[in-house]
Amino acid sequence: MLEVSLCNIKLKNPTILAAGVLGSTAASMNWVSRSGAGAVVTKSFGLKPNKGYPNPTTVEVTGGVINAIGLSNPGVDVFIGELEKIERSTPTIASIYGASGNDFAQVASKIENYVDLIELNISCPHAQKGCGASIGEDPNFTAEIVKAVKKTVDTPVIVKLTPNVTDIVEIALSAEKAGCDGLTLINSLGPGLKIDIETANPVLSNKFGGMSGPAIKPVALRCVYDVYDAVKIPVIGAGGIADYRDVVEFLFAGARCVQIGTSVMYKGPSIFNEINLGIQKFMLKKDYKSIDEMVGITHKD
Amino acid sequence: MHVPKTVEIKRVINETKTIKTFIFNFDASNVKTGQFMMVWNFKDEKPMSVSLIDPINNEIGITIKNVGPFTEAIHSLKAGDKLGLRGSYGRGFEIAGLNILAVGGGIGMAPISAFVYECWRRGVNVDVISAATTKDELLFTEQLKSTDVTSYACTDDGTYGFCGLATQFMEKIIEKKDYDMVVTCGPEAMMKGVFDIIDKLKIPAQFSLERYMKCGFGICGQCCVDNIGWRVCVEGPVFWSDEVRLITEFGKYKRDASGKKHDI
Repeated sequence: MLEVSLCNIKLKNPTILAAGVLGSTAASMNWVSRSGAGAVVTKSFGLKPNKGYPNPTTVEVTGGVINAIGLSNPGVDVFIGELEKIERSTPTIASIYGASGNDFAQVASKIENYVDLIELNISCPHAQKGCGASIGEDPNFTAEIVKAVKKTVDTPVIVKLTPNVTDIVEIALSAEKAGCDGLTLINSLGPGLKIDIETANPVLSNKFGGMSGPAIKPVALRCVYDVYDAVKIPVIGAGGIADYRDVVEFLFAGARCVQIGTSVMYKGPSIFNEINLGIQKFMLKKDYKSIDEMVGITHKD
Repeated sequence: MHVPKTVEIKRVINETKTIKTFIFNFDASNVKTGQFMMVWNFKDEKPMSVSLIDPINNEIGITIKNVGPFTEAIHSLKAGDKLGLRGSYGRGFEIAGLNILAVGGGIGMAPISAFVYECWRRGVNVDVISAATTKDELLFTEQLKSTDVTSYACTDDGTYGFCGLATQFMEKIIEKKDYDMVVTCGPEAMMKGVFDIIDKLKIPAQFSLERYMKCGFGICGQCCVDNIGWRVCVEGPVFWSDEVRLITEFGKYKRDASGKKHDI
């Protein structure tokens, strides 16, 4: 009942672990898979090892979290050791980052045989210079990266977009035209700032961090709604999903699947099973037979 | 909310040449032994075990060994200076059984001390093995004399108490007395030794693990352990022996800030 197909890959349900949360090791991703996720996305990794920013890298704010981890990862060659240990009972999506088409293509070619899908992180709002959102804010640079990866690998490629642009539809269309197979909307919002009022210090060592959690859900939902209208490729919704009602909203707005990240902090990996049970109960009550028939129905008259 | 609370250091206790305890006014009613705080010096932030919990005076203590730039900066602070604290975090020790053996190695005595005082307050018998490299580095052995807790000291160089490893001494005393449960914190090689002993004798035990942490509240995944995936900051840092059996990296390796593995 909950099965859904994404870029010709079958998922047992539409809930996916979002990049950057419990995705640093095969062990934690396997745990999330066993806890009911339909697919898992790794933490973003690139060509070279990266320690990220010093702590504090995360702080809670009203409605969510702001974080500036800074894309910490051991580099693709070491991370392949984790990819090898992922139980492939659920589809695995590799989140990769870089500063150029060549960077992305090199990483993608090294890992394509270990994963079912590749998600391009061109939207991290706290990445080091030249990476992350500095790419995804520019439709031409976005297209250049997509083309470079698509030319190199046969694995389907999805692109995760930043909401921090004047017109997200323009970027989405540019990515679609360049050949990507799907879009994830949205990466974290902002960046935002949190100040300790006793000492006047910013809490995060990077000062600014991407905002995630329930407070960004309405923005994410609007982005999905707008982009769904404009593109033909599947859209994956992400941003502030905390329960099954949020998932239903994203499906109605046009998302085929959803990604869940920050809400893991409230309930742990068991949130996936809980949300899936909730969706199933809702579908029975409202007499929906499949996820497919729920996708985008808010757009109908 | 997972936000650092800026608090004044109430007093500083010099424990050894390399170890200081910092006491803060802090709501101690929800702090459990074995839990940790994220300590922020407005530049960097690291997890530190709570070594003293005083719900009557609403004080907590954090005992820190000077091992690097962050801890050196904290050691330079005096009473009246400020630090940011967030927490308390993680699953702490559980008092189970009536005859408990607590084994602390080096700075690992910090959470063990909080646990031992809690047992003592509740009238649960607990014997303590406190181990250090040398006499001057033994932690909390003097303070424990103010209780009726039996405490044994071990030093690597034999300058005080038993000369040798905590685990060698543990094997000796565990032959003479029946313990219902063991708790331990210290270098992981020592805890692996404790695990091998309790595993052979079938005594349940709790182990306090240390891994590189970022968020401290279960979202980033930095401290997840192989092969089970649990988060040391939420499911741990204290794990029961049957759980430790599933932590295949225990005693073998840990990951750094980038996620690269390093042998223990």
